[in-house]
Amino acid sequence: MPTLTIDGIEVTVEPGTTVMQACEQIGIEIPRFCYHDRLEVAGNCRMCLVEMERSPKPIASCAMPAADGQVITTNSPQVKKDRHGVMEFLLINHPLDCPICDQGGECDLQDQAMAYGDDRSRYSEHKRAVTDKNLGPLISTHMTRCIHCTRCVRFITDVAGVAELGAMGRGEHTEIGTFVEQALTSELSGNIIDVCPVGALNSKPYAYSARSWELEHTESVDVHDAVGSNIRVDARGNEVKRVLPRLHEDINEEWISDKTRFANDGLRLGRLDTPYVRGKDGKLAPANWDDALDVVADRLKAAGGDKIAAIAGDMACAESMMVLKDLFDGLGSPNIDCRQDGAALGDGARAGYLFNTTIAGIEEAEVCLLVGTNPRWEAPLINARLRKRYLQGGFKVYSVGPELDLTFPVENLGAGPETLAAMADHKAAKELAKASKGMIIVGQGALARSDGAAVLAAARTIAEDWGWVSDDWNGFNVLHTAAARVAGLDLGLTPGKGGRDVAGIKAGAASGDIEVVYLLGADEIDRGDLGDAFVIYQGHHGDAGAQGADVILPGAAYTEKDATWVNTEGRVQLGRRAVFPSGEAREDWAIVRALSGVMGTPLPYDNLDALRARMEKAAPHFADVDAVPNAKWGAFGKAGKMDKAAFQSPIDDFYMTDAICRASETMAKCSLEILGSGEQATGTDG
Amino acid sequence: MTDAPFKFNADNKALTKTVIAKYPKGRQASAVLPLLDLAQRQNDGWLSRAAMDHVAEVLDMAPVRVYEVATFYSMFNLKPVGKHHVQVCTTTPCWLRGSDGVLDACKKKLGVEPGETTADGKFTLSEAECLAACVNAPMVQIGDDYFEDLDAESVTKVLDDLAAGKTPTPGPQVKRQTSAPVSGAKTLVKGA
Repeated sequence: MPTLTIDGIEVTVEPGTTVMQACEQIGIEIPRFCYHDRLEVAGNCRMCLVEMERSPKPIASCAMPAADGQVITTNSPQVKKDRHGVMEFLLINHPLDCPICDQGGECDLQDQAMAYGDDRSRYSEHKRAVTDKNLGPLISTHMTRCIHCTRCVRFITDVAGVAELGAMGRGEHTEIGTFVEQALTSELSGNIIDVCPVGALNSKPYAYSARSWELEHTESVDVHDAVGSNIRVDARGNEVKRVLPRLHEDINEEWISDKTRFANDGLRLGRLDTPYVRGKDGKLAPANWDDALDVVADRLKAAGGDKIAAIAGDMACAESMMVLKDLFDGLGSPNIDCRQDGAALGDGARAGYLFNTTIAGIEEAEVCLLVGTNPRWEAPLINARLRKRYLQGGFKVYSVGPELDLTFPVENLGAGPETLAAMADHKAAKELAKASKGMIIVGQGALARSDGAAVLAAARTIAEDWGWVSDDWNGFNVLHTAAARVAGLDLGLTPGKGGRDVAGIKAGAASGDIEVVYLLGADEIDRGDLGDAFVIYQGHHGDAGAQGADVILPGAAYTEKDATWVNTEGRVQLGRRAVFPSGEAREDWAIVRALSGVMGTPLPYDNLDALRARMEKAAPHFADVDAVPNAKWGAFGKAGKMDKAAFQSPIDDFYMTDAICRASETMAKCSLEILGSGEQATGTDG
Repeated sequence: MTDAPFKFNADNKALTKTVIAKYPKGRQASAVLPLLDLAQRQNDGWLSRAAMDHVAEVLDMAPVRVYEVATFYSMFNLKPVGKHHVQVCTTTPCWLRGSDGVLDACKKKLGVEPGETTADGKFTLSEAECLAACVNAPMVQIGDDYFEDLDAESVTKVLDDLAAGKTPTPGPQVKRQTSAPVSGAKTLVKGA
């Protein structure tokens, strides 16, 4: 291990450490623009110059490996002068339009110019101007501000895996761009806004709508997919202005998907802000809470027991699901389900519905077999982790299901269950079985079908036969698409004894056996399937679920409540309230709790703490926030005959997967401009 | 800008294989410069987007990586050029030796400004940065050939010859052997 001296302090570092990292380890800050610890080293901004003994010139500390006996100086007058000089050059062509720049207040260039730059300019010649580029509906560009650090180029090429950005031209004529005008096609493209150290790349939807110092920051968790990316919600007043990633090494590192980042305008559009009750004229009319809850209570009581049913949606929080389950248990109804898509999960061991390898664990895997899943759309950050693993080398990915473009090579073995059933005899089987740390990822596309339980069992057999499940490695993974799903399964929101699942509820409603259906944010249920049943919809958006409801109870979106979420790994995380629900809307658990009171059977918890204690009783792991469960291997799935139908990914449009993004104008633009989905006639376009 | 489809012709296709074979397996992207040059020669002296995309395809590179290279080097023309691409060096040594006069003579003779192509499509005039022939300054590059030790008169003659379909002799346009002294040999002289 090399030992070097930095500013008179001796430090021993791991081999492969750079001088800059060594400096950081002893708390010496080195200014930088192009260096980013998650990207390849470029060494082109020269801001990190330091002095090295016996070197005639200053060295770029980000690119210089730490070596034994090095003597580094970071605080000499020469280094100060070097930084001054580099900063002066960087600012030659920079417009210094900080007062009208969205990056102002959170800009690396601004901060470092304050710390290491001069207080006046000596430059009186013309500055260059660069044409702005059109990178699609998400990223606005001000290319004159660009200092050519190439962080965005490296991010898009390496992390996002779609080489679409480059540095064109040379010298003073260098421009970052795509050369051929196009929208970036990555699901992670928004992250280049964060990596840009200046105001060249900004958020288009957020442009000029707030200054960074006016925003209230709330640390929370994302619910647009089941990854549970850690986010920071920035709000001004009662409006969520933007969503940024928050560092979590084991989940999203410091990236988030474009849906997580840009769907926030959906939070203010199409909201349910007051209760509605369908009147005698067949039209929904605004009502007050008392009347609405009275109607609901009367209906539930009148029907009673097994004539009522509840379905929890994909963005329901654990708290509201717990209360809903307790309410229905109390009413004697076993008809409750949290699996809108009918995925065959939840019977048997908890390990049978979790991403057991964990997201960080992907980096240890040797091979990966995808079954009926397109991680790039279902969980872009898991896909990014798979790509990261692929780039480290010695990692092969196979898939059973649709042909995939995951930004790294995937060998397609077949389209459906037949391939899965004959996996042991497949020519790729030898290679797969050889791996001791293999992983299989089963997607909802393989499980949300009538033979789902058999597919699950087949996947389990494969993992066991190839020795991918042992005491210190569990290679069996289920990739969820719904943020609520794991919590729902944990809390037992599956049909009780003799109860009906979603398909059963639909059939019952159609035949009249089910009279009242309670939809807790369930937007993927077609009203037409529910026959003449009385439908209560509790949720935050006037989406599919609310359309045909007879009573609407306005709830809170994920940014508007303190709530618990469990991601696909089974990791319990807390979301926090950033703003208040709109209008008369209330927190979801409180609505169901109030309903239980109106019905005369109040549930035994009056506050969040008591409710969470109840949740811990139902599922003890809710006490361990942010812990990855080491779920015990056990029986799950049901071996049986599988269909012939090929697996399909459950997502046809990455930007349109839930009520919030369907309400979002930004997501609609993405869908249209990036995926070109608007080109099909909708039938209403005249 | 027209963007006709582009594919290497049979001869060039064979050549690409030879070029790519010079680099280790999996490092075929290293052949991007020679292949772009080949494509430019086949495509009448300029690189269309189709040509760059074809090179990217042949080398299994992201197209943007090829665009980066093609825009970096001034030897690659991203717009159509005339049959003879006249690049007048105007960097300091040539300038000191009278490149202004050479450039003016070209402008006058061809009737176009730098960056423009003559109406008959025969000549494109452009200014170039140092082409590393300072010892024979001032100079111009036309196609692959250097014409050196120029003045207004000699450069006009070169252009006249080209316009007439003749092949002027490249190299110094004064009596001088390559970059040897103008006033004759100074060393290894018999009897010195």
